[in-house]
Amino acid sequence: MNIHEYQAKQLFLHYAIPVPEGKQATTAESAAQVAKDLGGDGWVVKAQVHAGGRGKVGGVKLAKTLAEVTEFSQGMLGKRLVTQQTDAHGLPINSLLIEKIYPIKRELYLSILVDRGTQRIIFVASAAGGMDIETVAHETPEQIISVPVHPAAGLQAYQCRKVAYTLGLKGPQIKALAKIMQGLYDLFLAKDASQIEINPLIETTSGDLLALDAKINFDDNAVEVHPDILAMKDAEQEDEKENKAQQFGLNYITLDGNIGCMVNGAGLAMATMDLVKLKGGQPANFLDVGGGTSIEKVCEAFKLILSDSSVKAVLVNIFGGIVQCDIIAAGILAAVEQIHVTVPVVVRLEGTNAEQGRALLSNTGLNLYAADDLAHAAEQVVALAEAVA
Amino acid sequence: MSILINKDTKVICQGFTGKQGTFHSQQARDYGTQLVGGVTPERGGETHLGLPVFNTVQDAVNTTGATASVIYVPPFYAADAILEAVDAGIKLIVCITEGIPILQMLRVKAAMAETGALLIGPNCPGIITPGECKIGIMPANIHLPGSIGIVSRSGTLTYESVHQTTAQGLGQSTCVGIGGDPIHGMNFVDVLSRFQADEQTKGIVMVGEIGGGEEEDAAEYIKAYVTKPVVAYIAGQTAPAGKRMGHAGAIVTGGKGTAEGKVAALKAAGIEVVSSPTDIGVAMKGCL
Repeated sequence: MNIHEYQAKQLFLHYAIPVPEGKQATTAESAAQVAKDLGGDGWVVKAQVHAGGRGKVGGVKLAKTLAEVTEFSQGMLGKRLVTQQTDAHGLPINSLLIEKIYPIKRELYLSILVDRGTQRIIFVASAAGGMDIETVAHETPEQIISVPVHPAAGLQAYQCRKVAYTLGLKGPQIKALAKIMQGLYDLFLAKDASQIEINPLIETTSGDLLALDAKINFDDNAVEVHPDILAMKDAEQEDEKENKAQQFGLNYITLDGNIGCMVNGAGLAMATMDLVKLKGGQPANFLDVGGGTSIEKVCEAFKLILSDSSVKAVLVNIFGGIVQCDIIAAGILAAVEQIHVTVPVVVRLEGTNAEQGRALLSNTGLNLYAADDLAHAAEQVVALAEAVA
Repeated sequence: MSILINKDTKVICQGFTGKQGTFHSQQARDYGTQLVGGVTPERGGETHLGLPVFNTVQDAVNTTGATASVIYVPPFYAADAILEAVDAGIKLIVCITEGIPILQMLRVKAAMAETGALLIGPNCPGIITPGECKIGIMPANIHLPGSIGIVSRSGTLTYESVHQTTAQGLGQSTCVGIGGDPIHGMNFVDVLSRFQADEQTKGIVMVGEIGGGEEEDAAEYIKAYVTKPVVAYIAGQTAPAGKRMGHAGAIVTGGKGTAEGKVAALKAAGIEVVSSPTDIGVAMKGCL
């Protein structure tokens, strides 16, 4: 789960991680008021969306006057921001973060995440902040330091010093960085984060360290025990269909093709998408109906796939283990009764109760194609989608 | 021979009296698995499915001599269940549970280091030696005792591989689903090394997916140590970056863990990588 920058910075303050003075605003008037209250002679207006790359597309603007704060805020609020990290549709700008401007001496990078390879929480830091860390890792890997933390020992002072010296910090800055790292580590553990990134962490001309940006991702498996984090969820920043799928306990991801896929199991669902592509088609979605599925769940899954108007044909691929094929068939029939299905549906059922499932789907007068072989099923659905398109 | 489990393996079930535990324990017994009891705290002394229920894993081990345990408890209780099994001296722990918070698994793995216990999963279908012992949720009837070792991060793609190798008449020595979580127990290399050492295993099917670097590690290992033919398939070639594809571990982040990278690493190690999941069985037969 993701949260907004202004929410992440509120969490930072609880953990004594210094951030610029600022406040969230949802109207141009309140934005100007926030700037006025902050004082000074310059402010930054930042669009609050769940995506990076905002600066390059006008989502972060420097205002020299209160009139400019109002103007920029009006220009952003209610619009959608399309960045490198969003789809072509972009994300809605419903709120802004207005902050004081600080004179920057250097931009650094600091993040904390779970590293799969070492099976440890690691800190990643670089003196080359402000740019994409993947680019830094690719082009100048020697500029990146990573420090693994043993779960029993926890973060040690020497590890913070090591990072501080690598970043070229001196004197009181070393303690300041240690405090930031300890705050990040505590926040990470307390709230079950999966990644926290500060890019950039700035060194001001007076030598202070400040988290100029803040990005936090939380572990979806743990978020249910953190009601304070769940309350920060902004459904409008997420795909509508993906949100709906979540309500029904389905794993759904929107893609940009025209062949809908309903599959059981994450691996088989990915493999089915790949197979559709291999046969010359384009998958419209990833959908895993999961293990302990019900007629209702299958019905909702099917409706979800068909709510995407670009879907020209559907491939149902089920290898029944715990999932019973007749339940899947009954779910498809239930969906067909509730909505008008015009697109062709190719169904491949294998495993538990496959015979019963196929029997249910035959002689229904629907535009259904039974396939007993997965390769043929994929070829057939691609041909059908092409015929319709 | 087979790897890790056989007809003599004594198995207990943690979360025995729950819905999942009950259903799959019954299925395992019907298959012939030597299930010798189960654990549900506060239910010790009862009988369930005709088998004894114990309060603790230690009680179960002391009474039954079990060396393997299968875990069907909810995600927030699973880390505790794994460590209780380790503490009681269980040698092989199979955790089926999906949705365990990653920080809990991180601590479990650190606590398990150097205990000598093996963990399969979590978020996996389990392990089966066809005709001898089934520990997990896989459908029994698709398996055939035979010569192919199967190791996979995905449950349903394990079933596909089993189905196809059965259809080719090859059968399976042992099938291990190592699970779809980013931090998990046995990895590809742990299982591959055992298949290489196992006389019954004549060929190996390895099914990977996007995310992490274990397929790349496996490619290096196979090149150096595995003399048996290996057929590999990698799922997720059309998966968009930055999205979790169902499995918590199936995600491409920062350009790392892509299907292309894994396929290239495996091919560079001389492994046959099929581009279609429907070609696994035929390709395996062709290698033998």
